[in-house]
Amino acid sequence: MRYESPKTTKEAAGLLAKAKGNAFVLAGGTDLLVRLKSEVIDPDLIVDIKRIPAMQGVTKTAAGFRIGAATSCAELGENAALKKAWPGVVEAATIIGSDQVQGRCTVVGNLCNASPAADSVPAMVAAGAKAVIVGPKGRRTVGVEKVVAGPGKTTLKKGEVIEAILLGKGGAKTGDAYLRFIPRTEMDIAVVSAGICLTLGPRGIIKEAKVALGAVGPTVEIVSAATKVLVGSTLDEATLEQLAVVCSAACRPIDDKRGTIEFRTEVAGVLARRAAKIAYQRAGGK
Amino acid sequence: MAFDTQYTNQEFKVVGKRVLRPDGIDKVTGRARYGADMNAPGQLVGRILRSPHAHAKIRAIDTSKAEKLKGVKAVVTAADLPDLTRGDMGMYDTLENCMARGRALYDGHAVAAVAAIDADIARKALKLIKVDYEILPHVTDVDEAMKPGAPIVQPRIRTVGVNPAPTKPSNISQVSEFGHGDLDAGFAEADVIVEKSYKTEQTHQGYIEPHACLASVGPDGQAELWVTTQGPYMQRNTCAALLGLEVAKLRVTASEIGGGFGGKTHVWMEPVALALSRKANRPVKLVLTREEVFRGTGPTCSTSMDIKIGARRDGTITAAQAVLRYQDGAFPNIWGMLGAMTAWACYDLKNVKATAYDVLVNRPKVAAYRAPSAPMAAFGVESTMDLVAAEIGMDPVELRIKNAAKEGTRASYGPTYGPIGIGPTLEAAKNHPHMKAPLGANQGRGMACGFWFNFGGQTCVDLNIGQDGTVNLAVGTVDVGGARASLSMIAAEELGIPYEKVKCIVADTASLGHNDTTEGSRGTFSSGMATVFAARDAVRVLRERAAKTWDIPVDRVEWRDGKAHAFGDEHGNLAPLSLEELAAKAARTGGPIAGHNEIVADGAGVSFATHICDIEVDPETGKSRILRYTVIQDAGKAIHPDYVEGQFQGAAAQGIGWALNEEYIYGADGRLQNPGFLDYRIAVCSDLPMLDTQILEIPNPNHPYGIRGVGETSIVPPLAAIANAMSNAAGVRMTHTPMSPPRVLKAIREAHGA
Amino acid sequence: MAAVLVSTTVNGDAVEYSCAPRESLLDVLRNRLGLTGSKEGCGTGDCGACSVIVDGRLVCACLMLGAEMDGRTVETVEGLADGATLHPLQTKFLEHAALQCGVCTPGFLMASKALLARNANPTEEEIRFALAGNLCRCTGYDKIVRAVSAAAAELAHPAKSGTGKKTGGKKAAGGKATGKKKG
Repeated sequence: MRYESPKTTKEAAGLLAKAKGNAFVLAGGTDLLVRLKSEVIDPDLIVDIKRIPAMQGVTKTAAGFRIGAATSCAELGENAALKKAWPGVVEAATIIGSDQVQGRCTVVGNLCNASPAADSVPAMVAAGAKAVIVGPKGRRTVGVEKVVAGPGKTTLKKGEVIEAILLGKGGAKTGDAYLRFIPRTEMDIAVVSAGICLTLGPRGIIKEAKVALGAVGPTVEIVSAATKVLVGSTLDEATLEQLAVVCSAACRPIDDKRGTIEFRTEVAGVLARRAAKIAYQRAGGK
Repeated sequence: MAFDTQYTNQEFKVVGKRVLRPDGIDKVTGRARYGADMNAPGQLVGRILRSPHAHAKIRAIDTSKAEKLKGVKAVVTAADLPDLTRGDMGMYDTLENCMARGRALYDGHAVAAVAAIDADIARKALKLIKVDYEILPHVTDVDEAMKPGAPIVQPRIRTVGVNPAPTKPSNISQVSEFGHGDLDAGFAEADVIVEKSYKTEQTHQGYIEPHACLASVGPDGQAELWVTTQGPYMQRNTCAALLGLEVAKLRVTASEIGGGFGGKTHVWMEPVALALSRKANRPVKLVLTREEVFRGTGPTCSTSMDIKIGARRDGTITAAQAVLRYQDGAFPNIWGMLGAMTAWACYDLKNVKATAYDVLVNRPKVAAYRAPSAPMAAFGVESTMDLVAAEIGMDPVELRIKNAAKEGTRASYGPTYGPIGIGPTLEAAKNHPHMKAPLGANQGRGMACGFWFNFGGQTCVDLNIGQDGTVNLAVGTVDVGGARASLSMIAAEELGIPYEKVKCIVADTASLGHNDTTEGSRGTFSSGMATVFAARDAVRVLRERAAKTWDIPVDRVEWRDGKAHAFGDEHGNLAPLSLEELAAKAARTGGPIAGHNEIVADGAGVSFATHICDIEVDPETGKSRILRYTVIQDAGKAIHPDYVEGQFQGAAAQGIGWALNEEYIYGADGRLQNPGFLDYRIAVCSDLPMLDTQILEIPNPNHPYGIRGVGETSIVPPLAAIANAMSNAAGVRMTHTPMSPPRVLKAIREAHGA
Repeated sequence: MAAVLVSTTVNGDAVEYSCAPRESLLDVLRNRLGLTGSKEGCGTGDCGACSVIVDGRLVCACLMLGAEMDGRTVETVEGLADGATLHPLQTKFLEHAALQCGVCTPGFLMASKALLARNANPTEEEIRFALAGNLCRCTGYDKIVRAVSAAAAELAHPAKSGTGKKTGGKKAAGGKATGKKKG
């Protein structure tokens, strides 16, 4: 096993492209080192991206925010502007694991680990986040929902590495929220989760809505029926009830050690309802 | 009462204070050495290969490639641990558990081990060992294992305790029965009869420190073992027997122990480490991973049970019956029997019976876990008590007070109680402000009681007085949470000197005589008793030395406040001699001054607790939150109240985790699916409220200071206290632990509809 | 397996080591630097017994590679006391009996230190959530929460006698003249 810590994204992509055997990107390492320890993986090469300046920190851009791939989730929580614009994304990123894990883990790592239960992914999908991918053939930008192919699988090609996540500006009329269900108060993997982003028009009427559920299918579940239910409403009780129904209906979960099909299906609706209320309020709705 | 341990209601000067523990600074600075913190020159890294199958015949093990790998110094299999047990089946089980002998009996059962010059080579070597398995049918559920036609876990087992003695193998290793009276007559007298079945899933002690040892065996048969254990003498005796070593030549040193709760009262991988060291002729350090701790060491039983209580409308229980089915893992044990003994121990019952089935399944060998077997039986009994209370419209506390055992009650498991604390803990609960605190929506309150025997056993203590009058106290019970402080306090109390003048250590097995394992809450009780007697022995010597110094009869010398005083008309004017003065002159008055005691510490006082719990349940998700929790327990005498409270709180926290989230989850393939702290969900700091405690002191008449063990009892009530609270909060009676959100939500839906 | 050469700062001391690429920071601290105060309770970031502070941030040493440490600074429990003077957290853990077996204690101390560095006056709830990544199986957390609270108060209003207690007995040889003020 070889350890490399390149200084540029291009160099990182080059190392990965040329790698023989099993090559892994090391960002926060909070998943990678667990898999290394439990001997699920036996890497030949580890590329540490934390020394690449372009992958560090949160920057404000003309279009909104750019989150470097090596930025820890704790740093997202410490960025007041990001927190104000995208509280749902930041909450999702800052409930992963413990403070110890927070200091290391990254949303890009969370995305590329491709767990159906990843906390930050439904929130990023709902918020319309995009991933900047650098590879041998140059640079491309895709919606984060396009990155995950299935449990543990991404659509990244050999030699490709995510450099940053892009988020829009948000705005006074836009609000996002993320809720997950865990049996304890901390330290668990989401049993089921819901990320919601709402934009309001005049009189508190919902103009745009995106609902993404986690841990109810192999990848994040974007509930288009929920968009239909929400858009045009002022989030009255009937809408909330209908939202819960369509979200539960969209679930295709499994039974496993963390939850049952029955539980995940029902609670997905409950969380969607609760998250929608928070998002609506954050978007200025009353 | 065994011997002269009569409790005297004395005034204490040191006992009962909250002094700083002597091992504290090492533990807050990182200096304390636990199992994995010791190293030896030339040491190798040991690792164990474990079966991925729940039940499999081992047709062959090919270790040749691993042996050839550069840096590998030894590979061992069962062939390197020949059977020296001479028909001792308990010892044979330990041998078979530490290394599979022809059959892997559970997922995680050790099949081979290596010692190599570093961890990386050891890891590679394990991959080079080829095991040829023939997979056999398995069974992991206790009820399934009892059915006819279930896969047989141990073909040698014939059920003990049934007539006529069976001739065919069974997974039921033992049937035991306790109780008295006439059940049929009792149930006939009842106005109401409540009958309910319960299930509890398997839980692990979850000590934060994984098992670890450093073993060194020389070619001359002299050996040393540094190990994290509750029983260094147990380790010595077992390992010596299994490896054919002489007991005196195997010196075992107990490291600082990072939690045990019963899980470190057994031998696990230590004989393997010794066998590796013997084969490699170098020290071997063997540290288990967390995954190995879950898969390869002993959790407590999962259970299934039926509880039946008959009562009159005035609250008198006329009959009580429990049928308990406890799985012991892959090796026979008495865990079900202990469940049957404890089930009804809180109550004064005319007609009572508890029947227990000890059952084998393809899971790890079950180990003791804090008041082993009692929490499950109490879950069934105390939940059913609340159902009875509801049925007759009586307050649950009043129902329990009415039926509480008291001095003179014949316990359901046989003995007649002396002074006991169940009544007082119930009265304290009844009068506790917690009982009157307001509750909000979706909130409920519950309470429950618990019992534990407490153990005594073989104990010895050496107390040596240094030339400056300071005192070394060597004990052989392991300090699992402040015992060195408590025992130093007792020595100081007896000698009449300041606590700071005593230095207590846990001796190794070559330096002190045999001590039974630190289990059954016996540490402070037994070593405390031996310390009192050892100190009194030293006082006898001190009085003799003073008498010699003064040249007066020893019966004219008394020991008071750390000094020898001459008394009587003739000698009253002699200035007292302090411990320091006597110690300084020891060389001229007869040599070193010491006190010793070797005893079987009989008369451990039984212990009772009552807990009160407030809980809130989210009716839409089934998630619950503990809002307030109160522990009331009888300590006999609290030597160091901080550490008594700590035991109450820690036990309650473990019980809360057990009640709400902890469980071993097995797949259909018989493999453990959650061998880690991520999915084996012990309570984290934010899950719990402050845990209020109330220490009652009903002295144990069999101990000179009135001590009862305090460590275990408070893990017994939480399961039922929480189930009872949940019933009041959400209107559902949970009969299966853990009462996890999916189970609770399902119950809510079934009870109230969607 | 190519060894990696690393220069780093551990508890204020410049340290160089070489390690295999797959070794965790915890392996390096315990096996190469002799700093066994950080414990391995799980090796997967779930128990917090190996909590250390790297470049000012609390991390699990089991979730970092030793190879990553070049140029970084690490604080472990061994560096918490100022010579013979305990850190107020250490003192309060002792006074409040906030440890039983003590194996989780180093991790709790480091996590508490990180908490108090960013929140000098945490509420009970803030303490509980900040310490959720540290498992303790002995205490039920009650006395730990009290100790952290007391340490926060002590740090805010140091008792007249000074912020810490002497570790007892004689002073370490050479005294404790140059140690920097901690806490």
